[in-house]
Amino acid sequence: MSKKNPEYDFAWCPGCGDFGVRRAVEFALNDRIKETEEIIENTVVVAGIGCSGNLVHLLEDPQPFGLHGIHGRSLPIAFGVKMANPDLNVLTVAGDGDFLSIGMEHIAPQATRNLDICSVVMDNGVYGLTKGQSSPTTDYGVKTTSTPYGKIEDKIHPLKYYLTIGASFIASGYSSKPRDLAKLIQAGMEHPGFAVVHVQSPCTTYNDTYEILKGNAKKGVPGLMYDIPEEYDRTDRLAAEELINSPGIPVGIIYEDKTRPSLTAETNRITESVKSRDVAQLLSDYDF
Amino acid sequence: MVNIVAQQCPFCPIKLKLIIRLFNKLQRVPMGRYMSKRQDFVVRFAGEGGQGVVTASEALARIASEVGYHSLTFATFPSQIMGGPTYTQARISTSPVLSPGDELNVLVALNEEAYETHKGEVAADGIILYDSSFTPSGNEKAIGMPFDDLAKEAGDARTANMVMMGALASLVDMPVKYLQEFIEKRYLSRGQEIVDANFRAIDFGIEKASESPFNLGELDSPNPPDYKQSMMKGNDAISLGAIRAGLNFYVGYPISPATTILLYMERNLVQEGKFVYQASSEIESINAILGGGYAGKKSMTATAGPGFSLMSEGLGLAWMAELPLVVVDVQRGGPATGLPTKTEQSDLFSAINPAHGDVSLPVIAPGNVEECFTAGVMSLNWAERYQGPVILLTEMSLAERVQNIKKPDLDTVNVENRIVYEGNNGYLRYDGFELSPMPIPGKPGSYIANGSEHDSMGDTTHLPSRHIQMTERRFSKLNLLKDGDFEEENANSSIVLMPWGGSKGSVREAYNQLRDSGLDVGWLYTMYLNPLPEDLLIKLRSKDLVIVPELNYQGQFSSILRSYGVKAKSITQYTGLPFKVVDLVSSINDLVNQTNKAVIN
Ligand SMILES: Cc1ncc(C[n+]2csc(CCOP(=O)(O)OP(=O)(O)O)c2C)c(N)n1
Ligand code: SF4
Ligand SMILES: [Mg+2]
Repeated sequence: MSKKNPEYDFAWCPGCGDFGVRRAVEFALNDRIKETEEIIENTVVVAGIGCSGNLVHLLEDPQPFGLHGIHGRSLPIAFGVKMANPDLNVLTVAGDGDFLSIGMEHIAPQATRNLDICSVVMDNGVYGLTKGQSSPTTDYGVKTTSTPYGKIEDKIHPLKYYLTIGASFIASGYSSKPRDLAKLIQAGMEHPGFAVVHVQSPCTTYNDTYEILKGNAKKGVPGLMYDIPEEYDRTDRLAAEELINSPGIPVGIIYEDKTRPSLTAETNRITESVKSRDVAQLLSDYDF
Repeated sequence: MVNIVAQQCPFCPIKLKLIIRLFNKLQRVPMGRYMSKRQDFVVRFAGEGGQGVVTASEALARIASEVGYHSLTFATFPSQIMGGPTYTQARISTSPVLSPGDELNVLVALNEEAYETHKGEVAADGIILYDSSFTPSGNEKAIGMPFDDLAKEAGDARTANMVMMGALASLVDMPVKYLQEFIEKRYLSRGQEIVDANFRAIDFGIEKASESPFNLGELDSPNPPDYKQSMMKGNDAISLGAIRAGLNFYVGYPISPATTILLYMERNLVQEGKFVYQASSEIESINAILGGGYAGKKSMTATAGPGFSLMSEGLGLAWMAELPLVVVDVQRGGPATGLPTKTEQSDLFSAINPAHGDVSLPVIAPGNVEECFTAGVMSLNWAERYQGPVILLTEMSLAERVQNIKKPDLDTVNVENRIVYEGNNGYLRYDGFELSPMPIPGKPGSYIANGSEHDSMGDTTHLPSRHIQMTERRFSKLNLLKDGDFEEENANSSIVLMPWGGSKGSVREAYNQLRDSGLDVGWLYTMYLNPLPEDLLIKLRSKDLVIVPELNYQGQFSSILRSYGVKAKSITQYTGLPFKVVDLVSSINDLVNQTNKAVIN
């Protein structure tokens, strides 16, 4: 709706990968609505702070519900929204800085709980909104506005991290292929547990990685990204480890475990097994 | 240490103390009662953590209340899990108890260190019961007995507490049947053997104490209230109040002295449509309950200083995006890790202004266990009513205080629910300068709850006119909360006492004594600290002096009152302990006399 809202004064730079991610989210939500006959207002998009988080304002009508909160906290907010009403379809959108730096502490808890939401991470290897500082996914040695002499920390490997902490659905996508990305996001939303869709979404202004990712056919340079082969078994954890430990960036569903109960299933189990007491009974514990 | 902010005491404190002692004595002998019968007594149990010191006070309070006395406990905890010096105190009375009591009628010292540390606080006619594993050096009125050996001899090492209870009962001539009834109620389910061992332990205690020449004089017979009662801690009362108000979403992280609320919820907030969870941090707690409030739940968390600091940014978001939720801040000594097991009233500034930017959060601070229940209800009501975050500000001494109270009447509680948007899509959630219905995800009316400044549909904007509109909108909603109750007494006096929070009881006791002594001083009190009830503020502004006793260095509440144009002065204390009535009486006397002199001059 914000596209038609003259007061809304944020715009992505031309060529920004986030445009593609937005298209993919729209496709995925439309497909979901068609398939499930759910209303769009049953979806809540919780956004982080960064260029990426602005996606929540830029979706086409009709709009899902949105919550554009504070930097790094999309996951705990989504945790609250989902557990308040487990019938909602909850999606988070956040950048690499938001999700993997300031918000890092919140990923593992959702993975171990198997919170039933889908997190779309828009990784451009840089802090876009604050104008080009290094992020956890910026390569070693790279000069950014905050590392003028080159970055002196190693970068983290998000896919390895998600697998290690026990995310039950891990996908890797690319912003320039919104149709394919939409399928990953839709699968993530359908997955009964914590799903992370990690997207390469280049920043044209501060870290233009399109050529590195896609390669350059004219120059004969291969790209980093490649599609995961058809015969790959995504339920095999060891295969997933092997895949993400080999060079390049695989695109597709990397790992999926549908056997683990989600947090919703676990809380339902407890609720059903515990005899609840009303407030009059609770108060009577203190009678004398 | 008691400080009178920016004032010097012109009176000799010793003389005052004598006068006060006299008041105390007179007070204990209301009309129509015999001089010889005691109306209340204060017992302190001091020893090491793990020696049953805490349970001893609670047990004594419970025994006394069950037979019709009034009781109140005070606890400080050691910072280590096992061992470490600690004490708890119980005050038993024939009338409702306001404060833990200044002087000890009985000190139960479980080791030599406890004996030496606390003997100075024993009243002139007080008695010390001590564990005879050591020999005291002084010549206090002291009775030694081998608590643990007697317990073992009674048949169960865990009955040492009951040896003490027997001895105490003997010192105040309390009938043994009261103790026996209590034991049967509590332990019969664990078997007759345990009951018998406890009975024997009591007998040993009585026997040992009655061998000594000391006695405190007979405790007057109880005066049981004619209403139904409950016996609970402040934190229990908050939990129950919140549940009565419809709490259905709780996420919290363990921290003293707020953990008991989390544990209570984990056990009891388990039902379809309700959710309770232990978060990974307070940052997660606040953001989770904010998501819960947004999705339509009545949500709450409880924490203490360090956790409250971590919640700042989330509280700002809740204020900005207009999301209802309640944060209970159980104050302890601060800042940083501070004094985790001691009491203080030093979070008032940060409760009202926890976040950066223009915010003023509603604050409700209960003054006793009964009010904790009401505060639990009202904080959720307020959150729903004005659609934003509310702080329930309590403190360590109240959280752990066990007290007999009038059983809360669940039927007369007024529960408020939020105004929910029921229309179609295309709704302007943040339109206008006042509160508007709130859409709930899952139903039409989608909007973006936004922590950046936003327009009426929730999209980010930087227009000056919008920031003006939204800021005024957010502040205007506070007007919905200015109808809180308050107490007023001796309304014509131009000098009033205005305590807040858990200091209420001690200040009230001081007020009663001062009024009995003929001092012209009034009483104003509310638990609705921000925004203050409108009519109360008018009264406060008309006074020559508003005296605010509070447990912090800066005199936080009086400084807030001064900013409203109230002539307020604080009496501050920052020991980690509650006020003593005797200190308050002397400080208040000083302030009142100075002010009167200044007015005459
Ligand atoms: C608590 C806090 N710290 C810092 C910021 C400033 N800030 C806003 S966005 C951002 C980083 C954004 O990077 P990323 O998450 O990768 O998003 P991108 O802009 O690249 O999409 C920072 C540091 C903030 N808003 N809040
Ligand atoms: S700065 Fe980079 S990430 Fe931000 S909008 Fe521009 S291109 Fe996109
Ligand atoms: Mg980024």
